[in-house]
Amino acid sequence: MIALLKRDLVLALRAGGGFGLGLAFFLIVTVLVPFSVGPQSALLGTIAPGVLWLGALLACLLSLDRLLALDWEDGTLDLLATAPLPLESVVTIKALAHWLATGLPLVLAAPVLGVLLNLPGPGFLWMVISLALGTPALSVIGTFGAALTVGLKRGGLLLSLLVLPLYVPTLIYGAEVARRGAEGMTVATPLMMLAGISAAVIALLPFASAAVLRVNLR
Amino acid sequence: MTLTVTDLAIARGGIPVLEGLTFTLEPGQALILRGPNGAGKTTLLRTLAGLQQPLAGRIDGAEDRIAYAGHSDGLKPTLSVTENLTFWASVFGGRDIGPALEAFRLGDLADRHAGNLSAGQKRRLGLSRLLVTGRPIWMLDEPTVSLDREAVAMFAGAVRTHLAQGGSALIATHIDLGLDGTILDVGPYKAKPVLDSDFDGGFL
Repeated sequence: MIALLKRDLVLALRAGGGFGLGLAFFLIVTVLVPFSVGPQSALLGTIAPGVLWLGALLACLLSLDRLLALDWEDGTLDLLATAPLPLESVVTIKALAHWLATGLPLVLAAPVLGVLLNLPGPGFLWMVISLALGTPALSVIGTFGAALTVGLKRGGLLLSLLVLPLYVPTLIYGAEVARRGAEGMTVATPLMMLAGISAAVIALLPFASAAVLRVNLR
Repeated sequence: MTLTVTDLAIARGGIPVLEGLTFTLEPGQALILRGPNGAGKTTLLRTLAGLQQPLAGRIDGAEDRIAYAGHSDGLKPTLSVTENLTFWASVFGGRDIGPALEAFRLGDLADRHAGNLSAGQKRRLGLSRLLVTGRPIWMLDEPTVSLDREAVAMFAGAVRTHLAQGGSALIATHIDLGLDGTILDVGPYKAKPVLDSDFDGGFL
């Protein structure tokens, strides 16, 4: 399992691996928002938590279509399915590798980009906490979507359509934590909901992903 | 332990291709699968490897003992030969990759990226993966595609060594490998066409 994680991270860092792609997208989206909204720093500060969360979510989505598709194309998935590793742990490791290569950089970049959007002072901490809690769920749900569409040629658009509705609860509670945090309100309720969603998704979805992968490998 | 297949029926894309297939594969034995294109050789190998479910029949002694090599080699172009092989070795329990590199004469290519290898070299790397799995039953689907004559001999040698060590191999191939294996022609087991009343079956 460690070998698979290591290999996926090395692949992400090598040429064409897509590391930094999500991060660059996140950067560009948040830089474009002030241009489109105009010079109204009060308004920017109000929408900053939502914009950052939406940007992070779309950046996560960007690299999903290669999560399993590349392994499918070169036959690696077939071989992994016949290897001693259970498919459940394969998809979990894949999701973890995706989070480390995409989600974690987004979490770390969010406070820097928050400055660009005039995010209010108390919001920075909650922005990071909400993204750190929420992005693992985005990776795991995304892996499920990738498992559903593996084997489809150009399945990227279908993948986005399948995954985006599933992202809604994470987005609602994640952005709510960040917004309340930025306004100095109490965040306990949405924070617990967000943590609950992430925990449930991480615990349950790998089984579903492995099951659909088995069907798709036939 | 012997691989025993009893009255096996398999399907591809919901359509039965082979039925009533019965054979055994003893340790030290090589079975050469023959049959025209589309006869179901690949489907049979994938079913035995556990990648799909049989329609009917029993497969005994296959669980976690099969090393499968399909049409694609499962190589990552941006990883070097050594990295590719080390990955598979550690997935299958961390064997030394030295003997595998030597058996397919990949030593000189060890630091090259797999993406820069020729088709035949890639295949040799894909086949060398079998040696690091340490699994007793090899299921090989057209293993000699894009191999030159020398590499085919190299591969036949590796299979012979594997058989001598008590392993066994099921090989779908159209060329003569010079192995003294039994030939299994799947032609006579061709499934009779059926009128498909279970429409949903194709989706499940």
